Amino acid sequence: MSERINGGQALIRALERQGVEVMFGLPGGAILPVYDPLIDSTIRHILVRHEQGAGHMAEGYAHATGRPGVAMVTSGPAATNIVTPLCDAYMDSIPMVCITGQVPTAAIGTDAFQECDTVGITRSVTKHNELITEAQDIPMAVRQAFYLATSGRPGPVLIDIPKDIVDPQNPRSAMEWYWPNDDEVAASLPGYKPTTKGHPLKIREAAELILRSHRPVIYAGGGILKARAAEALRELAELCDIHVVTTLMARGAFPDDHPLCLGMPGMHGNYTAVTSMQESDLLIALGSRFDDRITGRVPTFAPHAKIIHVDIDPAELGKVRRPDVPIVGDCRLVIEQLVSVLREMGGSEAQPDRSPWKSQISGWQERFPLTYAQVEPGAGHVKPQHVIERLRALTPPDTIVASGVGQHQMWASQYWKFNHPYTWVNSGGLGTMGFAVPAAIGAKVGRPDRMVWAVDGDGCFQMTAQELVTAATERIPVKIAILNNAYLGMVRQWQEMFYDERYSEVYLSPDLPDYVKWAEAMGCVAMRVEDSDDIEPTIEKANQINDRPVVVEFRTDSREKVFPMVAAGKSNDDIMVDPVQAAELEREKARRARS
Amino acid sequence: MTGMTPEYHTLVVLVENKPGVLARVSGLFARRGFNIHSLAVAPTDDERISRITIVADTASAPLEQIVKQLYKLINVVKINELAPADSVERELLLATVKAPPHARSQVLELVGIFGGQVLNVGAAELMVSLDGDPAKLDDFEELLRPMGIVAIQRTGRAALPKLERTPIPGTPNLRAAG
Repeated sequence: MSERINGGQALIRALERQGVEVMFGLPGGAILPVYDPLIDSTIRHILVRHEQGAGHMAEGYAHATGRPGVAMVTSGPAATNIVTPLCDAYMDSIPMVCITGQVPTAAIGTDAFQECDTVGITRSVTKHNELITEAQDIPMAVRQAFYLATSGRPGPVLIDIPKDIVDPQNPRSAMEWYWPNDDEVAASLPGYKPTTKGHPLKIREAAELILRSHRPVIYAGGGILKARAAEALRELAELCDIHVVTTLMARGAFPDDHPLCLGMPGMHGNYTAVTSMQESDLLIALGSRFDDRITGRVPTFAPHAKIIHVDIDPAELGKVRRPDVPIVGDCRLVIEQLVSVLREMGGSEAQPDRSPWKSQISGWQERFPLTYAQVEPGAGHVKPQHVIERLRALTPPDTIVASGVGQHQMWASQYWKFNHPYTWVNSGGLGTMGFAVPAAIGAKVGRPDRMVWAVDGDGCFQMTAQELVTAATERIPVKIAILNNAYLGMVRQWQEMFYDERYSEVYLSPDLPDYVKWAEAMGCVAMRVEDSDDIEPTIEKANQINDRPVVVEFRTDSREKVFPMVAAGKSNDDIMVDPVQAAELEREKARRARS
Repeated sequence: MTGMTPEYHTLVVLVENKPGVLARVSGLFARRGFNIHSLAVAPTDDERISRITIVADTASAPLEQIVKQLYKLINVVKINELAPADSVERELLLATVKAPPHARSQVLELVGIFGGQVLNVGAAELMVSLDGDPAKLDDFEELLRPMGIVAIQRTGRAALPKLERTPIPGTPNLRAAG
C-alpha cells in the first residue's frame, strides 16, 4: 500500500495535495533536490530575481486571494533575504508558507557554506517555524504549516529542510509516503486550539451596549478581511445604522461609497473618521488592534468611549486599551452571532434617537473633506493626489491596487475609492518600502482576471524594481505608477514639519535613475508624465497594454504633504488639516469648547 | 523595566518536549520586554511534555498579557499561574565559602541553624547546600556573604500549587511528577 519515495518528492507532492497552484522562489545549493521534482509538478513556479521579491509576491498573492502564499528559497543568504517579507506577513497577519533549504543535518552547527540558523533568526517573525530533521516528517510538517498559517490569527510559517533528507542520493531521504488527515494534524498540535465562536454572554453584553449607545462607531480592521466578514460587517452596520471607519488594513472591507462609511482613521486619516472616534461613546473594534498609528497618544484616545473588542487573538484584547466587552473569536462568526442577538432584541427599533450624532458627522464631512490645492491646466506639474484620483476614475471598479510605504501609500489609501474587499494590497504594520512591485505581481498571479496597478514612490521603486524582470519574463502584466517627487517624501515631510526644514539625506534626484530607460531595460513599456494634461491619456494607454508590465513615471510636486496628520505621540484631538481648512478648524475647536 | 519595584509571579508552563522550545519561551520574554526573575526546566513523567517554571516580574508587564502571549506559542500546551500565597516553592542553593580553620565553626554553625548540608571540604573552603523556600535561601545567602562566598549557584524555583486548592482540570500529571 505504502509507496517509497524521497523527501524532495514528498515535499512537492505534499504542496500539490495542499492545493498549491503557484509558488514564488529561487533555487540554490541546499534546496536543489526539491527543485528537481518540481519540473514534473503541476505547480507553477515563478522564478524571482531576489528572495525578498518571492516573499512579497507570496504576500500579494495571499492578500488578493485569501489563500496562503508560498515561497521557496535556499539556505543562508536566501533565508536572510526573506526575513523582511516574513516579518511583514507576521505584522499584517498574512497567511504564508515559506520553505527554506538548509545544509545537511550532519553539517548543521559547523558554520558550513551558506549555513545560517534560519529557525533561530525567523523565530520572532513567524507564527511558527520548524527545522525538519527526518524525511518521514515532511508531509505532516507541510500539513501543520498550512493549518497554522491559515487558521486562528493567520500568519507566516516557515519550514527549514536540510538537504540530506530531500536528496535522492542520500539514504536519509528515503521515506514512505502518507498523508495525515485533519484529526491527526490537530492531535499533533496539542497546544493549538483557536477559539472561533464568541461567548454568548459577551455577545449579549455587546448587543446591549450597542442598543444603548448614542454615538457608536465601528472600528473595522484587517481582521474583517482575514475572516471573510465584509458581508457580515455590512449587515451589522446597516441593521443598527452605525458608521464604520476602515483602517489602513481594512480599506475595501466596507465600501467607501456606502453612506455609513467614514473612510480611514489614524495618523493620516480624514478628519471625520478621526474625530468621530474621539467623540464616540462606543467603539466597536472588529479585528483591529489599537495600533499607535490609529490611537495617537493612547490616554487621550476616544476618552468617552466604551469598548467592544472582537479579535481572534486573545492577546490583542487589553494589550493597548482595556475593553468593556472583550470577545475572542472569528470576526465573521461573532458578527453573525451579534446580528442575530441584535435582531432578537429589536434591532434599530430598540435604539435611542441618534440624529444629533448623525448630523454632527455629516457636518464634519461637509466642512473637512480631504482636499489639496488643484493645479491649473497647463501649469506644467502634477499633483500626486490628482494622479490617484484619475487612476481610480479610469480603471475598472474591482481593480486591485498595491502600494509601497510613505506619502504615496497614504494618498493611495485616501484618494482611491475602495468599494470591493481584497482590492488593496499594502504593508501596514511593518511599513516595508519596496513592497509594491513584488506584491502587485503576486496579486496579479493570484487574480489574473483583474487589472492590477501598483502606486509606488521613487524611493520604494528603487528597492525592489528588479522584480519587473520577473514580471516581464513570466508575462505578468502589472502596471506601476511611480509618483516621482525626487525625495524620500514622508521623511522630507517630517523634516519640514518637525526638524525646522533641515533636509537630511532625503533628496534622491528626479532623473537618476532614468526610470523610463530602466523600465524598458527590464522589458516593460515605459512612459513619463510631466504635465497634468498628460495624466489621463497616459493612464488610458497603459490600461490598453495586457501582454507585459507597464511603468508610468509621474513627475510630482515634491512640496506636497499628506494631510490630515496627527503628529507621532500627539493626541488625535491635535489633528492638523490642510492649510486651507485651518481657519475652519479653529472655528470648530471654539465651537466644541463652548458646548 | 527600570525604576519599577519588581513583583514576582510564578508561571508553570507545560510545553511540548521538542528542541528549541525553551528558546521560544525565553525569546518571547526578551522581545516583548517581559522580565524573567528565574527559570527552571525539567521533563515531566509524560515524555512528550516538559515543565518550565518561570518566575516573572509582573511589574514589567501585566501577568494577563504575559500568559496570553505565551499561549500564542504553538508548543505551549498549558499554563498554570501560581500566586505566591497559593503555591509551595522550593529552590536549591550551592555555595563554596571561605572557611579557614579558625572560621570554619562559624560556617558550620550557620549551615546547622538553617538545616543545610556540607557537600565537600577543602583546606580553606567548604561547599555547602541548602534547599527550601526561596526567601529562606535569600537569608542564608545574606548571612554567608560576610564569611566570603567564592562561588554560588541557585537553581531557580520549582513550584506546585498548594494541596487544599481544587485540582485544576486537565493537568493530572502536575501533581504526579515532582
